[in-house]
Amino acid sequence: MSGTYLGMPPFPAAAREAVRDEVLRGNLRRATHTIRDKRARAVAELADWDRLRAAGKAVKDHTLRHLDHYLLQLEEAVTAAGGTVHWAADADEANRIVTELVRATGEREVVKVKSMATQEIGLNEALEAAGIAAYETDLAELIVQLGHDRPSHILVPAIHRNRAEIRDIFRAEMGDWGRPAPASLGDDPRELAEAARLHLREKFLRAKVAVSGANFMVAETGTMVVLESEGNGRMCLTLPETLISVVGIEKVVPTFRDLEIFLQTLPRSSTAERMNPYTTMWTGVTDGDGPAAFHLVLLDNGRTDTLADETGRQALRCIRCSACLNVCPVYERAGGHAYGSVYPGPIGAILSPQLRGTGSEIDASLPYASTLCGACYEVCPVAIDIPEVLVHLRERVAQGGPVTRDGIRVTLRPADGHTAERAAMRAARLLLDHPGALRAGERLLARARRLAPRRLPGAGRAWTDSRELPTVAAQSFRDWWARERSTPR
Amino acid sequence: MSGKDRILGRIRRALPDGPSPDGPSTEIPRDYLHAHGVRTPAERVDLLAAHLTEYRAVVHRADGEELPALLTRLLAERGARSVLVPPGLPPQWLPAEGPTRVPDRETSTPYELDRVDSVVTGCALAVAETGTIVLDGGPDQGRRRITLIPDHHICVIRVPDQVVDSVPQALPLLDPTRPLTWISGPSATSDIELDRVEGVHGPRRLDVILLAAAPGTQ
Ligand code: SF4
Repeated sequence: MSGTYLGMPPFPAAAREAVRDEVLRGNLRRATHTIRDKRARAVAELADWDRLRAAGKAVKDHTLRHLDHYLLQLEEAVTAAGGTVHWAADADEANRIVTELVRATGEREVVKVKSMATQEIGLNEALEAAGIAAYETDLAELIVQLGHDRPSHILVPAIHRNRAEIRDIFRAEMGDWGRPAPASLGDDPRELAEAARLHLREKFLRAKVAVSGANFMVAETGTMVVLESEGNGRMCLTLPETLISVVGIEKVVPTFRDLEIFLQTLPRSSTAERMNPYTTMWTGVTDGDGPAAFHLVLLDNGRTDTLADETGRQALRCIRCSACLNVCPVYERAGGHAYGSVYPGPIGAILSPQLRGTGSEIDASLPYASTLCGACYEVCPVAIDIPEVLVHLRERVAQGGPVTRDGIRVTLRPADGHTAERAAMRAARLLLDHPGALRAGERLLARARRLAPRRLPGAGRAWTDSRELPTVAAQSFRDWWARERSTPR
Repeated sequence: MSGKDRILGRIRRALPDGPSPDGPSTEIPRDYLHAHGVRTPAERVDLLAAHLTEYRAVVHRADGEELPALLTRLLAERGARSVLVPPGLPPQWLPAEGPTRVPDRETSTPYELDRVDSVVTGCALAVAETGTIVLDGGPDQGRRRITLIPDHHICVIRVPDQVVDSVPQALPLLDPTRPLTWISGPSATSDIELDRVEGVHGPRRLDVILLAAAPGTQ
């Protein structure tokens, strides 16, 4: 996975740096709490939320069990509707396919809809290396791109920036990319949005090629679905002559009817709205309306390896709503950058080490970046048991065992005992140096107690295997820490 | 080996005990609600109006006789000098006089559309529970881009016929092979400190007209 941020410090180090950043923490706290409270209200409006959640989980599990079948059906439907389907086993292959498709149009620039899959594979960098400029058109992604920065949240990637910082970035950078920001630009969000509108409109109107992801792909009909708020998605999806969508293979759903579940659960979980302002659905190409050429690039890049893990595969149900980030006490403190991947927060802690393997220090420490409080599981609209997967991955890091890498079954050696322990202890120290995060975790843990017996012994094993430590199951994390800390090390 | 063979092979090896593909998703528990509440047609329309308003669309009511005057007023309020018109928009909706009508043509460039002030369309249906209008490119709605580039969209919904309660009721009425645009309130962003700002790229103003049959007609 080339989307790894090279030179990124592992989670604990990055997180420690982040928690020192007062601005970041203030922004994050306000933002996550605002979204969290609104979301709870939006969800409470639906009396059948639990049933929708169970249905969403069932659709995704069913699809994963028959993934080969549904992908072939999807390919057939897209092709019949005038589109072209490409298959990319890894990031390099996907980047090569997209680069060649853009080159074939003779264009040197593309407009982009916010897409985690293309961030994951480092598409912008690959296009740049091929002499093609890729413009992000989502307002937050634009802020990130102009700020030479990295996204820190799935839904609001520039959540770590405040209005004054954004004004400074616009003033300093817009001119280098196209229409400059007005010299008098202030920091009112309305003014900033207007500057972005004018800057980007110039690009939309002339763009000949667009690159997007998709939230869902319907196998039965070949229909692609993109949910958004601003209209930049609609601009990219309908104005250019050529549209290239790079989509993870796990995004397929069997039937058009299945959308009735996710169109109800995704907006409420992510932006706390009954429905997001714009949803675009398209099937292949339509004469006289929208792009004349449509290419779908189906991306594996570690997804089939994740599928091979019976406990871990549930991460592939994720619909990227970001609800788990907003309730996570660790994310709130550490911020998105600390996770060293395009997938931050609880979902990132289980997805990245599966997509990339646990070979690097950051990926080995990610499964420990949690209090196992269970709040992420409770909000997840497709019921991914994130704590269960975290514990499973901790065991893998500590004890090794069979895993699938690049489609090949291999046996992972146990991490050097000291390494595993260090990963655990560093992640723990982050939490324990910030009692607020820990308290939140404990409070929720009490509610999720039914999860505990199965989990904590597993988590404890990672430590006890390498050293004579007491198991953590019998006492609260904090008591354990208090004692651990008083022991000279 | 092609990427396709490689991926399919990996999937099949990852699922050694997977049952043979059986097509439709038969094992999905669909005991969730088909609609959230029981409403009369009038209540359904009221709920749609309330939810559209909450998401900052501006809602108006008119019957067939009042419609041209209402459209004239809404266009004048925006100072519209030109208005995009899909080919199948009922001609009696628009006033005889008024802003220059610009037909929806395949050959017009995005730049030309950018110079048009307003657009008037019908819709395929509307969803009361979510406050959503769905366009499907039908003759009274035109190409997707005409409701996107101009800064002002006026959408006419025939009530109560075009209003359904819920998303599960809407999907079976839609044709997935047509391009579909679901609109819930005007374009908005919350990317800057989570302050909601209307209109970044799509129309900043969305007027919705709930069109009832004129008294004495059907
Ligand atoms: S794991 Fe669940 S809660 Fe988190 S982003 Fe994915 S779907 Fe949303």
